[in-house]
Amino acid sequence: MALLEVSNLSISFGGLKAVNEFEITIEQGELYGLIGPNGAGKTTIFNLLTGVYKPDTGQILLDKKNITGKKTIEINREGMARTFQNIRLFHNMTVLDNVKVGLHNGNPYSTIEGILRLPRYYKVERAMNEKAMELLEVFGLQNEANFLASNLPYGKQRKLEIARALSTNPKLLLLDEPAAGMNPNETAELMETIRFVRKNFNMTILLIEHDMKLVSGICEKLTVLNFGQVLTQGDTATVLHDPQVITAYLGE
Amino acid sequence: MSFVSYLINGISLGSVYAIIALGYTMVYGIAKMLNFAHGDVIMMGAYVIFLAVSTMGMSPLVGVLAAVVVCTLLGMTIERVAYKPLRGASPLAVLITAIGVSYLLQNIALLLFGANTKAFTSVVGVPALRLAEGQLVISGETMVTIVSCIVIMVGLTTFIKKTKAGQAMLAVSEDRGAATLMGINVNGTIALTFAIGSALAAIAGALLCSAYPSLTPYTGAMPGIKAFVAAVFGGIGSIPGAMIGGILLGVIENLSKAYISSQLSDAIVFSVLIVVLLVKPTGILGKKINEKV
Amino acid sequence: MKTKSWNKNWTNNAITYGMVIAAYLIVQVMVNTGNISSLMKGLLVPLCMYVILAVSLNLTVGILGELSLGHAGFMCVGAFTSAVFSKCMQSVIPNTFVCFLFALLVGAAAAAVCGILIGIPVLRLRGDYLAIVTLAFGEIIKNIMNAIYLGKDSKGLHFSLKNAAALNLEEDGEMIIKGAQGITGTPKVSTFTIGVVLVLITLFIIINLVNSRTGRAIMSIRDNRIAAESVGINITKYKLLAFTISASLAGVAGVLYAHNVSSLTALPKNFGYNMSIMILVFVVLGGIGNIRGSIISAVILTLLPELLRGLNNYRMLIYAIVLIAMMLFNSSPKMIEFREQLAEKWKKKPAQKKEA
Repeated sequence: MALLEVSNLSISFGGLKAVNEFEITIEQGELYGLIGPNGAGKTTIFNLLTGVYKPDTGQILLDKKNITGKKTIEINREGMARTFQNIRLFHNMTVLDNVKVGLHNGNPYSTIEGILRLPRYYKVERAMNEKAMELLEVFGLQNEANFLASNLPYGKQRKLEIARALSTNPKLLLLDEPAAGMNPNETAELMETIRFVRKNFNMTILLIEHDMKLVSGICEKLTVLNFGQVLTQGDTATVLHDPQVITAYLGE
Repeated sequence: MSFVSYLINGISLGSVYAIIALGYTMVYGIAKMLNFAHGDVIMMGAYVIFLAVSTMGMSPLVGVLAAVVVCTLLGMTIERVAYKPLRGASPLAVLITAIGVSYLLQNIALLLFGANTKAFTSVVGVPALRLAEGQLVISGETMVTIVSCIVIMVGLTTFIKKTKAGQAMLAVSEDRGAATLMGINVNGTIALTFAIGSALAAIAGALLCSAYPSLTPYTGAMPGIKAFVAAVFGGIGSIPGAMIGGILLGVIENLSKAYISSQLSDAIVFSVLIVVLLVKPTGILGKKINEKV
Repeated sequence: MKTKSWNKNWTNNAITYGMVIAAYLIVQVMVNTGNISSLMKGLLVPLCMYVILAVSLNLTVGILGELSLGHAGFMCVGAFTSAVFSKCMQSVIPNTFVCFLFALLVGAAAAAVCGILIGIPVLRLRGDYLAIVTLAFGEIIKNIMNAIYLGKDSKGLHFSLKNAAALNLEEDGEMIIKGAQGITGTPKVSTFTIGVVLVLITLFIIINLVNSRTGRAIMSIRDNRIAAESVGINITKYKLLAFTISASLAGVAGVLYAHNVSSLTALPKNFGYNMSIMILVFVVLGGIGNIRGSIISAVILTLLPELLRGLNNYRMLIYAIVLIAMMLFNSSPKMIEFREQLAEKWKKKPAQKKEA
């Protein structure tokens, strides 16, 4: 069953077509890679999918539901969560609280209940703490739960971003260069974590990545983007041997 | 006829705001800080003129020159002592420090000159112009103010466009880091900006107190705030913006005083500011800032 | 792990509440044994008022991360509406204390409504622009309060923005707001005890808010707006909520003020931008986002000019110099580096000794 269906998606900035007639179909449970040279429009596509930018044309269906042109928070509630290329944590909050912000919507008690500390506050907060700690354990962050997010080392910050995205209970997870700035050991570990997340959370994942080892190691399908347009799509092995792709990356 | 006279007086008041606003906008553009003490530099300039002219009996021109010199030095000293050490600190810390400097200047003036109002003698010797058989009287102060404003505007624009120092200012306001790498003396440029802004403040002080001749240690505060509003109104960081903002603000203030309510004129001025910012969040001539995701 | 952070939080809050209660008890003992000057006695209620203002502004500046220079405007709204209420209801509600309680609610509600009305359009702006617009709103409120004439007679309330004559009051009518002369004869109900209770209520609201789901949502907006949106936080809603709660608590401070003065007028000194800036100074010097710091700095900075009273004309000068010096010491990058080096040396010394 197709979880994400995007067709004819375009946006231009000041006359420049940043994304042109982009299309993609991602099946439930797939691990999909979006690759392409710098400036090809990969992050712009993430911004279009998550409602940061409104597309000029095109349609985005998430789980058969049209989410085109919706606001970021609505799209998140429909089941899409993301991480950012330049890490965007809540840096002056604790690691635990970062995840608890993600749990915000699923666990309601009113502001008044929070201020007056009514019974539901304690009940929901306890449940949130447990859930958040579970998530942190998946990423090996349980011992840093009370650290400020800004005090985490780089690699763990990236992991925390993924944990926070997962806490909103998404159907589709978008990862924007999760391995950027990591050394080979960290990358290998990250690959394991992504695999683990997919299996245990039954998650569908779309990721942008430059690290070809990671891409060829875990992605089942790839879309290659060049100058805002789809260059080629298909199975990882087929795509990576496509002469067009090699040209795009290495030049003529 | 009375409308024309209100309008002209409004333009004159607005010209004073514009000259003060230039100081705010240049400093904001280059040092990225709100110099809250700018209004109080005006007040200091006015006191220097008062001392020179009324107490020591010098000619008004000498008085104004003395004020320009004193204010320039004052502005540069403030920058060196209070703001320079905070370069790289949070904008809020710099803002609070500027507020501290503002308090400091007011209280120094209070100690030196006392709290009672001084009657300021006009520095303008130009006679009033009578038009339409005496129905329309334009005072000498009004004319001199408007002319000075135009001269300053043209002079400043030429300075920034044509001189090396002016180009350095533009570069620093655009990207401080890159300007440093290009070998521009950033600290020197910022000091120069403060010097120019403060010299303009002295002139604004002379013109303001010539038109509204009562001087207290708090004289500069409200015009300072309004000029700041004018700078934001026109798009902070933009020199023509400060000019347009200042004059518009003066006109709106004077016309609403005349036709709506003198008590509510400030409320009306501030309401217009809010409406402008809601329609155009960075002011009339301000640049749009896009946040990259 | 969980319980540890829970406990730490709890201790931290207990210290804050305990500090206020201890200060209250000490002052009470001093008052009862006559060890307090009449000048200090007169400062007790304003002190509570400043603490409420500082703590509530900290919600906007420290927790929400938006710079507001119009806090005194909300205080002004709270002060005037509650004073009008008290004057009108004096005869209806005989018990002054009950009347004051209602006035408190009215003042807080009016300031909250103003907060919503101002917040909806304004919170789209950011940084310096938001600061200048809130400053403008504060000035507008003060300006309007100076122009209002309100009177009451058998036909009901009369309102004008021009002058007293335009009200057309009957002969037995009573003026309530006399334009720039403001409101006189509001019952003087505010006491130090009431003030401290209101401080504790303010602390209770803000501390509990910050440590709840709502508080986390607000702080996430401060730390990263785009990321907050990406995890489904409604930016507008929580910004407005924080701003409104902050405004309504400023209104409470206004009620305290209105019921402590014999004549209530909207002057630049009490409700102008200068007041807003002074409150901001409390917040910044106390540490942005640090509730206890706000309390301490509000108390010290309110008392400082009074303690320096012996120095007469020099006291505000010294205040200004202290303010600048503290900012330079706290925030200058070089000073921070210097302090860190000093701290490191201090730490190293005992360590070296052990090695030796």
